[in-house]
Amino acid sequence: MTTPFAIAGRQLSSRLILGTGGFTNHEVLAAALNASGAELCTVALRRLDPAARGSILDVLDGAGVEVLPNTAGCYTARDAIVTAQLAREAFGTDWIKLEVIGDDRTLLPDAVELVAAAEALVDDGFVVLPYTTDDPILARRLEDVGCAAVMPLGSPIGSGMGIRNPYNISIVVERAGVPVILDAGVGTASDAAFAIELGCDAVLCASAISRAHDPIAMATGIRLAVEAGWLARGAGRIPRRRYAEASTPDEGLPVFDSASQ
Amino acid sequence: MNVTVNGDRRELPAGATVASVVESLQNAPEGRGVAVAVEGEVVPRAKWSTTAIREGATVEVVVAVQGG
Repeated sequence: MTTPFAIAGRQLSSRLILGTGGFTNHEVLAAALNASGAELCTVALRRLDPAARGSILDVLDGAGVEVLPNTAGCYTARDAIVTAQLAREAFGTDWIKLEVIGDDRTLLPDAVELVAAAEALVDDGFVVLPYTTDDPILARRLEDVGCAAVMPLGSPIGSGMGIRNPYNISIVVERAGVPVILDAGVGTASDAAFAIELGCDAVLCASAISRAHDPIAMATGIRLAVEAGWLARGAGRIPRRRYAEASTPDEGLPVFDSASQ
Repeated sequence: MNVTVNGDRRELPAGATVASVVESLQNAPEGRGVAVAVEGEVVPRAKWSTTAIREGATVEVVVAVQGG
């Protein structure tokens, strides 16, 4: 129902990107992936676990979705760069969702390390999709160093607090020359619709779906919300006004009091 | 010789390579989906069998997990 968009020349039909963190098992992930309609989904890199059962890559291959590796858990540009290089080796993709966080309480991006890592990875041939704050200046800096998209947060990762500063997200969108993907904070379907209404090209969701009581129903709900937001944005919302504007005409209103005739 | 593989101290025979370390690990994917860094530098798969591990080296072997 939405029109395709492109990141670094790759067409994507779905404007919902799924984060795979937090699903209780691979079966639920596979069903949610199917319900979400996502074509791209994130994975992280961690030490090989001898006790792990089944590979997430098999789930993603089975669902026909592309892998977007991330650098989750990295606090420095150096760690993020090595992690991105490992991901390129492991998955054969130049695409990287770049996360360089400042602390484990807020999981907010470390702007200084983020820009440094983005610049180095672009120079190394990566298609860099940085997780960033809702700061329009930082978004521009990331675009200036060659990022293929910018992914501002609506609110902190996993917080479900929605879009705390829609004005900043609007400014990021207005000024961006690359796709804008709302990347964190979505708690429910209406948050995803709002992101698209604000002009974001796509929404990336993980916890809102994976930690919902019914992840498959939420994946469907958020997919439909993205479509609803897209239709509403294209339709053009009415201006906000402080006073009412009647939708029913006064003309032809019957009069029941003879004294006022 | 002693090396550290994914945080665990291990005794490896002399002449161990990145390839032999990966083969020794349970559950290592055979094809796509695994990557190795030695001393913080990524070793491309094409060089696994010719890259020797030195005494005291730190080896990280990583795979895809749910995340993000």
